[in-house]
Amino acid sequence: MIENLDLSMVNWARATFALTAMYHWIFVPLTLGLSFLCAFFESIYVKTGNPQWKNLTKFWMTLFGINFAIGVATGIILEFEFGTNWSNYSWMVGDIFGVPLAIEGMFAFFLEATFFAVMFFGWERVSTRMHLFSTWMVAVGSNLSALWILVANGWMQHPVGMNFNPDTARFEMENLWAVISSPVAIGHFVHATSSGFLLASLFVVGISSWYLLRGKHKKFALRSITVACVFGLLSSAFVAFSGDEHAVLTAKTQPMKLAAMEGMYTGSSGAGLVAMGMPNPLKQPGDDQDAFVFKVEIPKLLSLLATRDLNGFVPGIDDLLYGNSEQDIMGVDEKIVRGKQAVAALAEYKETRKGNNDTQAAAALETFNKHRDYLGYGHLLSVEHAVPPVSLTFYAFRVMVGLGTFFVLLFALYLYLLQRGTLERNYPLLFLGVLGMFLGYVAQQAGWIVTEVGRQPWAIQDMLPVTVARSNLDTGTVMTTFFLFLVLFTVLLIAELKIMARQIGIGPEGE
Amino acid sequence: MFGSLEWSTLQQLWWLIVSVVGALFIFLTFVQGGQTLLLTVPESEDEKSLMINSLGRKWELTFTTLVLFGGAFYASFPLFYASSFGGAYWVWIAILFTFIIQAVSYEFRTKPGNFLGQKTFERFMFINGSVGILLIGAAVGTFFTGSAFTLNDYNLVQWGHPLRGLEAAFSLFNLSLGLFLVFLARTLGALYLSNNLDEPGLVQRLKSASGRNFAYALPFLLYVLIRLVTMDGYALNPVDGSIFIESNKYLHNLIEMPLTLIMLLCGLVLVITGVMLNYFTESVRGIWPAGLGTVLTVLAIFFLAGYNNTAFYPSSLDLDSSLTIYNASSSHYTLTMMSYVALMIPFVLGYIIWVWRQMDSKKLSLIEVVSDKKSY
Repeated sequence: MIENLDLSMVNWARATFALTAMYHWIFVPLTLGLSFLCAFFESIYVKTGNPQWKNLTKFWMTLFGINFAIGVATGIILEFEFGTNWSNYSWMVGDIFGVPLAIEGMFAFFLEATFFAVMFFGWERVSTRMHLFSTWMVAVGSNLSALWILVANGWMQHPVGMNFNPDTARFEMENLWAVISSPVAIGHFVHATSSGFLLASLFVVGISSWYLLRGKHKKFALRSITVACVFGLLSSAFVAFSGDEHAVLTAKTQPMKLAAMEGMYTGSSGAGLVAMGMPNPLKQPGDDQDAFVFKVEIPKLLSLLATRDLNGFVPGIDDLLYGNSEQDIMGVDEKIVRGKQAVAALAEYKETRKGNNDTQAAAALETFNKHRDYLGYGHLLSVEHAVPPVSLTFYAFRVMVGLGTFFVLLFALYLYLLQRGTLERNYPLLFLGVLGMFLGYVAQQAGWIVTEVGRQPWAIQDMLPVTVARSNLDTGTVMTTFFLFLVLFTVLLIAELKIMARQIGIGPEGE
Repeated sequence: MFGSLEWSTLQQLWWLIVSVVGALFIFLTFVQGGQTLLLTVPESEDEKSLMINSLGRKWELTFTTLVLFGGAFYASFPLFYASSFGGAYWVWIAILFTFIIQAVSYEFRTKPGNFLGQKTFERFMFINGSVGILLIGAAVGTFFTGSAFTLNDYNLVQWGHPLRGLEAAFSLFNLSLGLFLVFLARTLGALYLSNNLDEPGLVQRLKSASGRNFAYALPFLLYVLIRLVTMDGYALNPVDGSIFIESNKYLHNLIEMPLTLIMLLCGLVLVITGVMLNYFTESVRGIWPAGLGTVLTVLAIFFLAGYNNTAFYPSSLDLDSSLTIYNASSSHYTLTMMSYVALMIPFVLGYIIWVWRQMDSKKLSLIEVVSDKKSY
């Protein structure tokens, strides 16, 4: 199955997907949140009839439109990249993975696309209420789209509701509801969308703060900040709670990712959480070196967060790689042995079936069934291949959590000073508000790095490594595409930023 | 309801659904066709702006339908998705490129701060409407002419041509189909715009453009039709699942599936009627018969490729690697679940039509475009 394996091709394919996903995720979270903020603003306009709220809505819609277009452009590539760069993946799990993508297109994208035109060009063509309804539908459509794509991603992180069919040599769906209602998928959805709401709130607060610092559009800015801060603070709570729940699920379903997030090589009961630290770059699995150059640890907190028990056991990378009989953990080394037996048995099964040798086929199938749960491990190149990049995952996790905490304080402080009527004179805080907008993007990217880098080398957790998921392409082809996308996306991003900056400079109408 | 259906029935049902989405996409390429008319039809920047703003209210529908087409294929015929995208790599990447640059063009074209300049985005639109549609036509053409690929025991595709899919555009049949789609899109674009705009001089030129472009499309259409009924095709032996070459396969399909023949003929007649209505009379409503005709024609083309024991994605290198709706499909369970989901399609179409009618009840005028600061 993995003959002619070209690791550099796989790495370029991974880089291309990471590039596309990271560019896409610059624009998507803002779309998710700003669509709802536009709906809030317009609802206030319809309720009060105050045209200043209409102007305010139109201004944020303009920025929404600029951002939306480039999000669409990068999004189409992601869908089709599964086919172009990961065609074996597409075949092996298309029976399951294609379903949420199709549903996303059918329900979410059409809702967005249809009502988008009304939202932008329907002010004078449809009734006020129809227009408001359309704006809400764009918000619902955008977030429904996130639901389906995160169901798909959640399934990759924790595959459920399916079985491997040795006759077709692919995974086939057995329970759609299990795929949709998987706690990991729902957790992903809540965490990603609420973080999008948070980013959009930071975006509105940041630009409005910039206006206040420049002494421009004061009434507009304060109104925008009020709505965005309430939305942002509520979203922060969702981000925090869903993030906490996510950690528990990660401990159960992706313990290696959790170990990498914590830079933890040796598991322990009553494990502490590293609040700050520097992982030892020379540390290798199984050696005796310290895992950290230095660290500041909060005792027992990791066990509490991951297992809901102060003395719960959290496995480290070495426990997962080489096994821990005391904790009844089978090591990757053992799983690879069994996986290779499954791979060999599957090949024999297919060969004997082709030769119509039913007795041998039945024997091969029996062997395969015995080891089928470890099929994915049979394709790993070594035990250490099962370890994701530890330092990157560790730092990205801390950047995400640290910034998330900062944002909660920022929104709370903004609301407090708004209530006291002193916000517009508090220049240091307004400056922090502008900075917070940029940091919001950093936190978003860090979050996805944790999610996607932390689950390497798996395309489908424990089932399908990226080395098998690839297309049969040569390195030069994929590398060329990478640079084509890099240039195109970068040019479009610069265009978007310049246009966005100019629109912000022009400001809202009628102010 | 669907769970009790035979797997083969579900496979046929899903070929129908994918075909409907594909046919609607080709109809909606009036947006792409309209984009290519920007070079020749408008006589002033205002007229160009009017055309772009009319198309700009619809571009997302076309784009979304393309995405749904991909998604529906992925869910229902994943082996096609994997083999075609992973194999005919460059043709799909090229098509996608033209759609990426289209997606930002409407929004960015006239916005202050656009450092690429207005003309760049207009070129992007032209490339999308010409190269993009031509390559889509060439890719669909391979449903009949075949592609150079093989599948191994694990269904991993190996492509047999260094151009990885772009070679499709060098086949006369595929190229003709692509050029036909380009001129059909231009015809539909002119028909749509003439119905949607309130600018008499421009509308008159668009009416002429619809007739002219259909005349350009005709030779390619005729060549495609003649080749279709005379060419050898890739037939499936339903007993042992093997693929063999059958002389005049698609002609046989037309004869053995009279409904498809009727759809094809009705489709073509409706397209011609729509064009003639616009070209020879005062009416501007030709888009509706021509649109319906396009949908019927494309449906018939897809039916010819997939039904009646035909390989819809044939391999010219290894007949047994060819894909049929039976060996490329998802499992019975997945097709069943997706069929329940598809019951919502009429509802989706319903609200699209409802919103479209509300937005287009009044024709778009120059005054509206100029006075609206949100205009493209």
